[in-house]
Amino acid sequence: MPKLKINGIEVEVDHGSSVLDAARFLGIPIPTLCHDDGLTPYGACRLCVVEAANSNGARPKLLSACTLPAEDGLVVQTHSARVERARKLLLELYVATAPQSKTLQDLASRYGVRQERLAPKFESCIQCGLCVRMCQEQMMAGAIGFAFRGAKRKVARAFDLTSPLCRQCGACMYICPVCELRCHGANAESTLCNGCLNFATVCFQSYDQAMCFFDPCHACEIGGPVRSDVAVKLSAVKSANEQER
Amino acid sequence: MPKLNSITELDAYRATCLQSHDAQRRCLTVCAGSGCTAGGALDVLAALRKDLEKRGLQDRIDVKSTGCHGFCEKGPLMIVWPEGIFYNRVAARDAVAIVASASNGRQPVEKLLYQDPVTGQRVLREDEVPFYARQKRILFGNNGRIDPKRIEDYLRVGGYSALARVLQGVPPEKVVHDMKRSGLRGRGGAGFPTGVKWEALRANPATPKYIICNADEGDPGAFMDRSLLEGNPHSVIEGMIIGAHALGATAGFVYVRAEYPLAVEHLKVALQQAEELGLLGENILGSGLSFRIKVVQGAGAFVCGEETALIASIEGRVGEPKPRPPYPVQSGLWGKPTVINNVKTWASVPQIINRGADWYASIGTERSKGTMVFSLVGKINNTGLVEVPMGITLREMIYDIGGGIPKGRQLKAVQIGGPSGGCIPASLVDLPIDYEELTKAGSMMGSGGMVVMDDTNCMVDVARYFMEFLAEESCGKCFPCREGTQRLRELLTTICQGNGKEEDLELLEDLSWVMKETSLCGLGQTAANPVLTTLRYFRDEYLAHIRQRKCPAKVCRELIVYSIEPTLCDGCHACVQVCATQAILGEKKKLHEIDAGKCIKCGACLEVCQPKAVLVS
Repeated sequence: MPKLKINGIEVEVDHGSSVLDAARFLGIPIPTLCHDDGLTPYGACRLCVVEAANSNGARPKLLSACTLPAEDGLVVQTHSARVERARKLLLELYVATAPQSKTLQDLASRYGVRQERLAPKFESCIQCGLCVRMCQEQMMAGAIGFAFRGAKRKVARAFDLTSPLCRQCGACMYICPVCELRCHGANAESTLCNGCLNFATVCFQSYDQAMCFFDPCHACEIGGPVRSDVAVKLSAVKSANEQER
Repeated sequence: MPKLNSITELDAYRATCLQSHDAQRRCLTVCAGSGCTAGGALDVLAALRKDLEKRGLQDRIDVKSTGCHGFCEKGPLMIVWPEGIFYNRVAARDAVAIVASASNGRQPVEKLLYQDPVTGQRVLREDEVPFYARQKRILFGNNGRIDPKRIEDYLRVGGYSALARVLQGVPPEKVVHDMKRSGLRGRGGAGFPTGVKWEALRANPATPKYIICNADEGDPGAFMDRSLLEGNPHSVIEGMIIGAHALGATAGFVYVRAEYPLAVEHLKVALQQAEELGLLGENILGSGLSFRIKVVQGAGAFVCGEETALIASIEGRVGEPKPRPPYPVQSGLWGKPTVINNVKTWASVPQIINRGADWYASIGTERSKGTMVFSLVGKINNTGLVEVPMGITLREMIYDIGGGIPKGRQLKAVQIGGPSGGCIPASLVDLPIDYEELTKAGSMMGSGGMVVMDDTNCMVDVARYFMEFLAEESCGKCFPCREGTQRLRELLTTICQGNGKEEDLELLEDLSWVMKETSLCGLGQTAANPVLTTLRYFRDEYLAHIRQRKCPAKVCRELIVYSIEPTLCDGCHACVQVCATQAILGEKKKLHEIDAGKCIKCGACLEVCQPKAVLVS
């Protein structure tokens, strides 16, 4: 049974466990996008990176916790400054890629992303591969997969033809972290909302109810006031975007 | 060829090869590597053979094609044996003179001898040429002496004697121990200690075990592995068979990029001949070792040079890397323990066995042992392949071996390590070249590409160029590399077009940092190096592009203007004839003018203008 150290805490886990499993066992939260307990780990979103090194004193590297096997003597830091900076920058990049995704907006809020310096792309796929693995491993169909390389890489059916393997089960749509929860915020054009998780419902400025129907907004439950500093930052982002245009 | 069933038989066969070869016999060797072939080497060979037949000398004088000598700038290259007379820039029409000189024992053809650019002196032999004199060619030394398609040539220069020595009485653990002692580090780019990798594989009890030779060589401008496989494929094969003995491997693969057809052909011929002789296959030389090598071709992806992507490609899957650990020595090809090493690393193995680990460790610096092969290209007089001991300074490489910068221009930077490497500024020209020193300076050794740049190179444009390559070649699996390379390319293009903002520099650094720290594989982790090093050493150039909308090197098209100096123009009309967009107006013998709106700054008029009236500002 491998024994490793996470954030200074020694933990012994089953053979074949990943560092992500070990951290969760200890109750340490690590954000993930491309991970699902029912699917094989993929390691593509890089959000679950942790600082890890063997106890031989080598310089620790940032490695994805979901694919990192828990091994004897491993020393892991899940919330070091390096890890936090990495998560924040990754999320800034994620929100710029798909700003209309509530999942990504919420994650960005939680990790303190306050500026968006990149022009938004409004893509609907972050290529986390969950749909591909869901279709292959859980639905046993394998009707979709990745095609092409680099910027042209996309999830597709074979040769873009209607797939006889697809049973229209909808599991791919169910598991998608981007298209499943859309942010219907009032300022759909602005790329950084920060509203939902920061007790400030921006929606109320334009609508008479919160727009995130699927997840109760904390503001609705607690009924907190709109935070004026958040509102200020929001207009800064908005005007920066106007300037770009 | 006979099948050799024991080391005694191998020694005997080697002796017959040596005996049947008359070292005093007149032989004309022509380099037929890809470079010289492109320069007409095959025509030279044909012309020589034709002239010899015409004179009835074909039984007295041999003609042989060899592998790449490395001095590609001066190709096609030839050596006349037994004197070892070195000819450069040989053309087919020189065949008659060469044959005449060779057959009559007359003076060598003077105009084909290497001429020192400063003194004008001609030298006779290869080792007198400054380009070669300072090299230490332990891997490339035999390239110019053997025909890669004849295993007898390799045997004659001592080939497969390291294998014999090992099979005769060096147990596997001792071979691994020697590899560790030699200090050999992987020549693919990362520089991981080879002996340590081999030891880790031996510690893994799982079977079967595989070895792979990584011949993908994706770095643009790098052609060392190509030349080694074209010119001396047996050196790599021998290294792999020794590796099979040391590691307990039963099968080996050479993954070579499909863009190297000559290397593939020579490799296949070499493998077939080795099998015929019994050096590959079952019970090699009666030792009990059984080992076969298969050639697998790549399909045009730079990312397949990454070991886990390469393994995926051999398995028939898409060439995308997977996170490590586990490393290939733990779980590699088909989940089995696999050692994967670069071409040059495998070729070093027979040398270390034959000449000893201590000999190898005596070359180089404290932590970087042995020699390194560089492809010296760019703004340099002596372009080609250079093999030097580790620790040589950049200054020696560029000025003593490379012959300096052409047209008397100033050295500005050296890009080492290909697109994953970084730019070293001219101020660091006395930097000794070894793994640690280069990493400290922000670059990396990489597989040995060395691109020399002068003051006509724009460093922002250089960073943009490499980022375009990497954005194209990123496999796209992990987010930071896929998005990061695109965003960096967009940002750099914007800056080159003069639309950059000062905040962009911090954004470039942040994006580069997150790519370096969180990317899944080495491609993404090192993709930002060109940006990071140019920002570190050439920040003022970035600022000039951003603040003044100027490109100091006069490269970035949106920031330069072509014009004609009125006092110099003589109305010769030459520029109008080459202008693709009809942007130059003027009558013959009268002053010409460039219409900036139509000018695409291709530089054609600049080239043809005799009075140098075309100005770029």
